[in-house]
Amino acid sequence: MHVIPAVALEHVDFGYAPGRRVLEDVSLEVREGEFVAIAGPNGGGKTTLVRIVLGLERPASGTALLYGEPAHRFSRRRTLGYLAQRAELGGDAPATVREVVAAGRLACAGLVGPLRRRDRELVAEAIARVGLEEVADAPLRTLSGGMQQRAFIAKALAGEPSVLVLDEPTTGVDVESQESLAALLDRLHSELGVTILYVSHEFGAVERFVQRLVLVRRGIVFDGPPRELPHVWHDPSHAHA
Amino acid sequence: MLELEFMRLALAAGAIVGVLAPAVGFFLVQRRQSLIGDGIGHVAFAGVAAGILLDVSPVLTALVAAVLGGVAIEALRSRGGTAGDQALALVFYTGIAAGVVLVSSAGALDVGLFQYLFGSILTVTRGDLLLIAILGAIGLATIGLLYRALAGAIVDEEGARVAGVPIERLNVTVAVLAAVTVALSMRVVGILLVAALMVLPVIAAGRVAWSMRSTLLLSMAIGLGSALAGLTISYYADLPPGGTIVLVAAGSFAVLAAARPLRAPA
Ligand SMILES: Nc1ncnc2c1ncn2[C@@H]1O[C@H](COP(=O)(O)OP(=O)(O)OP(=O)(O)O)[C@@H](O)[C@H]1O
Ligand SMILES: [Mg+2]
Repeated sequence: MHVIPAVALEHVDFGYAPGRRVLEDVSLEVREGEFVAIAGPNGGGKTTLVRIVLGLERPASGTALLYGEPAHRFSRRRTLGYLAQRAELGGDAPATVREVVAAGRLACAGLVGPLRRRDRELVAEAIARVGLEEVADAPLRTLSGGMQQRAFIAKALAGEPSVLVLDEPTTGVDVESQESLAALLDRLHSELGVTILYVSHEFGAVERFVQRLVLVRRGIVFDGPPRELPHVWHDPSHAHA
Repeated sequence: MLELEFMRLALAAGAIVGVLAPAVGFFLVQRRQSLIGDGIGHVAFAGVAAGILLDVSPVLTALVAAVLGGVAIEALRSRGGTAGDQALALVFYTGIAAGVVLVSSAGALDVGLFQYLFGSILTVTRGDLLLIAILGAIGLATIGLLYRALAGAIVDEEGARVAGVPIERLNVTVAVLAAVTVALSMRVVGILLVAALMVLPVIAAGRVAWSMRSTLLLSMAIGLGSALAGLTISYYADLPPGGTIVLVAAGSFAVLAAARPLRAPA
């Protein structure tokens, strides 16, 4: 019996400009319910890789599938949660934490009319999960960078995704919050079976939770359990093959 | 002042536009697209010129031109890979150049044109008011129904896109709303000042508001207040209404900027 993987990239090539490949011959399969850390040097192509996975970019050659469907035409998008790298408020919006997190219910709750009670409860729950209850109605701009980041993490969680992609969610977040985010993701993963792709330089915090570490540097240069990572690569910013 | 029919019509038209313009402008300002109203206004100018040339209602042709211009700006921005301000510049200057050429071939570089450039709220008829009321109500209802979606798309466009929210359609909705607002506001403050009425109340509200929702509601109140106060002042002081309304809106910004920002109710 062959189970359809959540994510399947096959021989993917990609470049933003013709003639300059950012990713070359990348193949990656992530089964439903896996918790995978993606690491690699700056410019290695991590963000590009997850954007291809989510169907935001299309491979120049090769295929990108989500649950067996072409990623850019995936039919169950509301099950996807994405926190972009350096997420920040679009424009000059004076949004509060609650308004930001509520935006995460948009795809599930529909576009028209106010949020129903159940959706508002889920928003409050997501805010509590990242420990921002006390500032829930404060404008995001008045919070520290790390707290803003946590608001965006809550936004991604509020949609109750079954595939969650976080691109460097802990940049600017203190060690304590990194640990609590890691523990939270571990719970989502083990209790709800959420498939998680976690892009980070500092994968130290998630190292003990993930089954798999993928190192990206134009191609996939390592893919396996974190403990099997060759010693020279242990700090991924030093991944000079 | 209220015993005069033309002032009653002017106040009613001013009130509707005063509420609608900042409500639509809110979404433009939050996306740092404050100048889109201006760009659409310039295309609307070409529309007015075409109306004069073809001898059909310039408001109608302006409406059509504004909608086409708004959608074109949005399409250039999202699909062409053109940066937002470049898309704007392209449409902006094409509009005004086409307007100038059309107007001069209609031989209409005269007073008739002035009323579209600077507004002519005192000549609003019952028929005009009906059109403003109907389109204004449709615009406000659209914003009321889609507020959460439009605001959510501003908060995190990419995240919403991944989750399958129809971002393109929401963006086009904002563009069409902006175009309709420009065409309606033209009679009240004139093409040259339309964008001011969409933007100034919003940035004034932004000085004291504590959330997106409060910014939106406050800006609508400021827009309404500016329109009514501006018209009243212009009536008694014998000043041009459009300019006076916009100066009142600018004044409210100065006052609120000086006020200490309110905090969220604890
Ligand atoms: N929108 C873009 N247009 C052109 N080139 C891009 C674009 N985004 C990324 N690149 C290039 O693609 C390469 C890979 O970038 P990517 O952002 O995927 O790397 P990354 O591993 O996420 O890096 P970081 O650790 O800095 O986030 C880099 O050389 C970068 O300059
Ligand atoms: Mg990156």
